[in-house]
Amino acid sequence: MNKRIAPLAPARSEALKAAYARAVAATRRRTILSLVAIAVLAVAAGFAAEVKPLVLTGNIGNFTSYLGQILPGLTLANIRGDLAEWYWGLPKWAALLGETLLMAYLGTLLGGLAAFVLCFGAAANLARTRLGCFLTRRILEVLRTVPEIVFALIFVIAFGLGPMVGVMALAIHTAGALGKLFSEVVENIDMKPVDGLTASGATHVEAIRFAVLPQVLSNFASYGLLRFEINVRGAGVMGFVGAGGIGQELLVAIRNFYYTDVSAILLMIIATVMVIDLATERLRHRLIGSEGTR
Amino acid sequence: MSDPLRARRQAVDTAALTARYPEVFRTPWATRLVTLGSLGCVAGLAAFAMWWLDFSAARILNGFGRLGEFALLMLPPSAEDRFPAFLGALAETLGIAFLGTLTAALFAFPVAFLAARNVVPNVFVHFVVRRGFDVIRSVDVLIWALIWINVVGLGPFAGALAIACSDFGALGKLFSEAVESADRKAGEGVTAAGGGSLDRVRFGLVPAVLPVLGSQVLYFFESNTRSATIIGIVGAGGIGQYLTELIRVLELQQVSFIVLMILVTVAVIDLISGRLRRVLIGGERR
Repeated sequence: MNKRIAPLAPARSEALKAAYARAVAATRRRTILSLVAIAVLAVAAGFAAEVKPLVLTGNIGNFTSYLGQILPGLTLANIRGDLAEWYWGLPKWAALLGETLLMAYLGTLLGGLAAFVLCFGAAANLARTRLGCFLTRRILEVLRTVPEIVFALIFVIAFGLGPMVGVMALAIHTAGALGKLFSEVVENIDMKPVDGLTASGATHVEAIRFAVLPQVLSNFASYGLLRFEINVRGAGVMGFVGAGGIGQELLVAIRNFYYTDVSAILLMIIATVMVIDLATERLRHRLIGSEGTR
Repeated sequence: MSDPLRARRQAVDTAALTARYPEVFRTPWATRLVTLGSLGCVAGLAAFAMWWLDFSAARILNGFGRLGEFALLMLPPSAEDRFPAFLGALAETLGIAFLGTLTAALFAFPVAFLAARNVVPNVFVHFVVRRGFDVIRSVDVLIWALIWINVVGLGPFAGALAIACSDFGALGKLFSEAVESADRKAGEGVTAAGGGSLDRVRFGLVPAVLPVLGSQVLYFFESNTRSATIIGIVGAGGIGQYLTELIRVLELQQVSFIVLMILVTVAVIDLISGRLRRVLIGGERR
């Protein structure tokens, strides 16, 4: 099988080479153009955001020294005493952290329930009128576009300070965000069971209960868990505007330069978020996995 | 429901069917118990949370009354000759979002390869990098903003740095997952043709993951235009500064005007970036 491959005719190979060069040049031109566009936008954004590279390079030492300052002076000789001094406020902080978690839980639950009620109206395949579908979608959009902390700012004035306000703000934002995701899940279902039930005389609600719910419930739960994780983070900063949770303590510590307190509270928040992150990820894999095997 | 349907439904003798196939109609009590039990736990925890967090019906009712008043005071939205100032602040917000996302993406891109199992086989390295991403990610943007304000002072620059930091963690995680799920055949081909491990990454992995990463960056830019609107609450620039002040002094007409401006801007950005994302992903499939 030692057959030589006949080379292409010179004219043909020249034409091919030229076409290749043209294609490469076109791609390169497009890449350079997009890079230039990004660079121009970045410079414009830099002006808008008042970027001062000199200030950054001049003060970057502050950042590292800040990190150094917030770290506690732990010595091996007196590790128990040092730890006790670092976490002097542990009971109070732990209670506030618990409050933060409860806020996230309740916010996710209430928001999830609202999203559950609204999502069937926003799904194009189940909505009964096009106008209702359009309106529900717009409402969900407004709920999720306004950040939760803005809701919290307004609610704090209306309802007074406290964690209840944080929960309401989280719940409203969650309703918008989950409502969109839920309705997308509902739009992707297999419609045959729905048709079957409707044909055998089921009402709209019955069709949803027996044909739609079994298909979407595990995805709903998975998105709900994901949102819970996001809400734990969100609940952590609700205290910045007086809406409960551990944020208030952190704000006070940062503003008043209680250096070691900052690291103590931050570390607690980071650890909690990471634990919740891992736990929900495992749960979600199990939920989705059980869906796949069925 | 129409009448023929209803008649047809009654014609099916459910009782006889239940008697004939009892096992189909009966829910096992164990399943029922588990369902009821978990629902009970969820509801119980919710009730406990409401009690712990001082929910009170009176406060909620009063609050809704005041919210109603606020809603009336918000109408009609009006800028009261501060429109140019608001526009400037909105531009600042967009600048913060763009610069923050871009910086985060530029820094996350090389580091993400370190966290990908198929690039760096060393378990220790990618474990450390991953946990690093997790730590950075679990600190909220507002907290990063507070920290950066200590370094570069109040203003939008601190906001851009805060977004860059918190997104560095999030994008790094997403990027490394995208790299891990990339098709390994292209990389194997490069290795078989005599390429080194850097060549494998450059020619086998980067072209495959770039469109995915690009669309994720665009998605983050969208969500960052939302975050950048609130970063002003702690004094890190953007339209949030106006929003906070105006809410505090109850200038509600201007508040609703700003919220409308934000809604429109976010919608426009969503539209543009959605289009760009489709071009990126679609261009790859062809």
